[in-house]
Amino acid sequence: MSKEFTIVVLAKQVPDTRNVGKDAMTPEGTVNRAALPAIFNPEDMNALEQALRIKDKYPASKVYILTMGPFRAAEVIREGLYRGTDGGILLTDRRFAGADTLATSYAISQACRKLKPHIIVAGRQAIDGDTAQVGPQVAEKLGWPQITYAEEIQEITEDKITVLRRLERGIEVVTSTLPCLVTVHATAAPCRPRNAKNVMKYKYARTANEEKDPANEGKYLISTEEKPYLQITEWTVDDVGGDENSYGFAGSPTKVKKVQNIVFKAKESKVFTSSEADIDELIGELLANHEIG
Amino acid sequence: MANFYKDNADLKFQFSNSLMERIVELKEDGYKDYGKYDYAPKDLKDALDSYDKVMEIIGEIAGDIIAANAEQVDIDGPVCKDGRVTYAAGTQKNQEALINAGVYGIALPRKYDGLNFSMVPYVMAAELVSRADAGYGNIWGLQDCAETIYEFASEEIKNEFLPRINKGASCSMDLTEPDAGSDLQAVALKATYDQEKGSWFLNGVKRFITNGDADIKLVLARSEEDTSDARGLSYFVYDKNWGGVTVRRIENKLGIHGSPTCELVFRNAPAKLVGERRLGLIRYVMSLMNGARLGVGAQSVGISEAAYREALKYANEREQFKKKIIEFPAVYEMLGVMKAKLQASRATLYETARCVDVYKALNALVTPDRKLTPDERKEAKLYSKYADMLTPILKMTASEFCNQNAYDAIQIHGGSGYMKEYPVERLYRDARITTIYEGTSQLQTVAAIRYVTNGSYLEMIKGFEAQELKVSEEVEAAYPGATEKLQAAKAKLVALTAQYEEAVGMVVDKEEEYIDFQARKLCEMAAFIIESYLLLLDSQKSALFVDSTEIFTNKTESWNTERYHYIKNSNPQVLLSTFKNVKKDLEIIYKD
Repeated sequence: MSKEFTIVVLAKQVPDTRNVGKDAMTPEGTVNRAALPAIFNPEDMNALEQALRIKDKYPASKVYILTMGPFRAAEVIREGLYRGTDGGILLTDRRFAGADTLATSYAISQACRKLKPHIIVAGRQAIDGDTAQVGPQVAEKLGWPQITYAEEIQEITEDKITVLRRLERGIEVVTSTLPCLVTVHATAAPCRPRNAKNVMKYKYARTANEEKDPANEGKYLISTEEKPYLQITEWTVDDVGGDENSYGFAGSPTKVKKVQNIVFKAKESKVFTSSEADIDELIGELLANHEIG
Repeated sequence: MANFYKDNADLKFQFSNSLMERIVELKEDGYKDYGKYDYAPKDLKDALDSYDKVMEIIGEIAGDIIAANAEQVDIDGPVCKDGRVTYAAGTQKNQEALINAGVYGIALPRKYDGLNFSMVPYVMAAELVSRADAGYGNIWGLQDCAETIYEFASEEIKNEFLPRINKGASCSMDLTEPDAGSDLQAVALKATYDQEKGSWFLNGVKRFITNGDADIKLVLARSEEDTSDARGLSYFVYDKNWGGVTVRRIENKLGIHGSPTCELVFRNAPAKLVGERRLGLIRYVMSLMNGARLGVGAQSVGISEAAYREALKYANEREQFKKKIIEFPAVYEMLGVMKAKLQASRATLYETARCVDVYKALNALVTPDRKLTPDERKEAKLYSKYADMLTPILKMTASEFCNQNAYDAIQIHGGSGYMKEYPVERLYRDARITTIYEGTSQLQTVAAIRYVTNGSYLEMIKGFEAQELKVSEEVEAAYPGATEKLQAAKAKLVALTAQYEEAVGMVVDKEEEYIDFQARKLCEMAAFIIESYLLLLDSQKSALFVDSTEIFTNKTESWNTERYHYIKNSNPQVLLSTFKNVKKDLEIIYKD
């Protein structure tokens, strides 16, 4: 019996912080995006591979990349198409701008309500913010179960997913009902290379806004009327609906107080459980160290 | 995060060559595949952009995956067990990456799931892969066999085998036997036709077969009883799934460890005839061999590039006498010459590939309802001749240069280079085979000497000479004084051409044995002049090649002058008998 799954991969275009030079930060302490090439967030690549493996096994499945950002972030969707995805959606709107993880996960969860996937996969965290919050928050907002730190999606049936998790002190195999959100760890299989035929097929894929950009004039040799699959979908706040005030700046309670260089001194790690007492202790410690305030 | 295509501007430059327009036009034949295949190009710009983008994919796989696996593959090598070969783990990963990237079958037409690319990007891919791991370069390069099937086999065989290439079916060409190496006319593996079963069966032994446990094999075998020469040999295709071939052992080689070299036993192995009987060696193998030689050219350039980069990096990092060693003239002189040899080999490689492209693409246009026009026939003949002229000098010089560069790369590393810790020792071992297989340098001379004696090389050189030197504005802007340098180089080449003519004149009317004796020197003289001119042509369009043109032309002057004097000082009668004297030493060796 052939199974069909709809899989949404959450991907983010990030500045490549792995090769940071002297000019990586502006004097104001923000990231100097001009000095850092924009790349596909590495762990999102691992997530994409897991999604494509489900499609390899069940070819009738559909894989879509969902990303939010300025229109140049459509590059992430093209990278997906080059590797075998069926399409992608770019959430792009001034009203999305300035979002912290809360507002971002709200926007993404709204889009996912519309896409109705069986599975959402995302990288564990992005290399620019390193928060690891967006995936879990999306699951919370959708009321879905979540499996974090996944190394491999081992099995998938109509209503269940089995995942191997990479933890600090070993591995764990867990099963969840579907729908489910999975965040994927860097130790998972690396993503497959771009496929030559897909690259040739989709190299002129673009969003409507990219097409309007004067910098791209003459770049797209083939029109989207002739080949409609070259059109990448853009969604705005109006397309995903929901509460206007939960998007962008308005929906972002996070305020950056200060940016400073830190040197890790601690040699030992400390384990907190999810008990109320431990959480109180952790918050107390962070407050005392002025890590949060 | 390395990309072997993007970190090397010499490569993209190849796509700007003026002949590319003609090549793509012929390959795409009016862009008739556009609309039929979603990955077919719309026009020239689209096609060249696709070449560029696919090279980026291969460059990334070469840089990030194949190069990273090369050291371990060299240590592990393939394993032979129960008559079957298993690749080293790293080789399997390389294979998986290139198969997933969909780049196998790069030169095959789209109807066989290929990319329909011309030889230039195909050869470039071979260069990229070989720079990362020369041994793996062989496994990649053997898809050449698909070209032979495409050119000569029946439609039925094409449909059966060719679509499998893109999915990653590996190939081998099974020619050599214990008693048939350079002399393939001596091939004895027997092919017999079984009337009852309606099939050919192969029996015998093959040796030194690269990738011998491949999925698809092309086998040269004796189909005609009571024959002993080339005219009794036919060409067969064999599918591993049919059974009947086992690997007796794999060779323990000096280098290219990733590439399994097999001894094979054929026991009633079923096979299908490719093309016509009796034409196996005479036509099909000869055609395959030229492709394979171009492949070794690409492999040699890849190794040269790797050796040059390792040497350059080390010279910049190593300090002695409180200075980086690259600051010492003795070291940077070596690096300059290495780069000149590398760029001259590359210029020759792609010029040869373009010539092959034009005539092959023209021939591919021919169908029952489409004949070539007289002009097209002339064009095909001309480029076919150029390809035949350039292939042996490419194979000979690029392989010798890559050995010299690997040697110098170790020298620049000093004692460290002799240790296993640095990749140069592997490059040195890998390089060594390139002057040997697919026809030794000595056999390339046999193929090339006719163009010395019949004046074809001279004619080609005179053609270069007749072209007016026109240095582009971009080159002058990027490299002030380039024009003067290139004019001086050209003047030197004109003088060296006269010297070459004189040397040929001293030999050409002598007995055959004497011509063979001096052949290598004469072929090299012609080759070095031609390669200097190819660099000179590229230098007029890009400043990337100006320095190497100057250095290579100067080296040509000294190499050719040495050869000229050697020939001039040779007395045919005395010389041949002098060299025959080595035979006397045999009496000493075999005294007991």
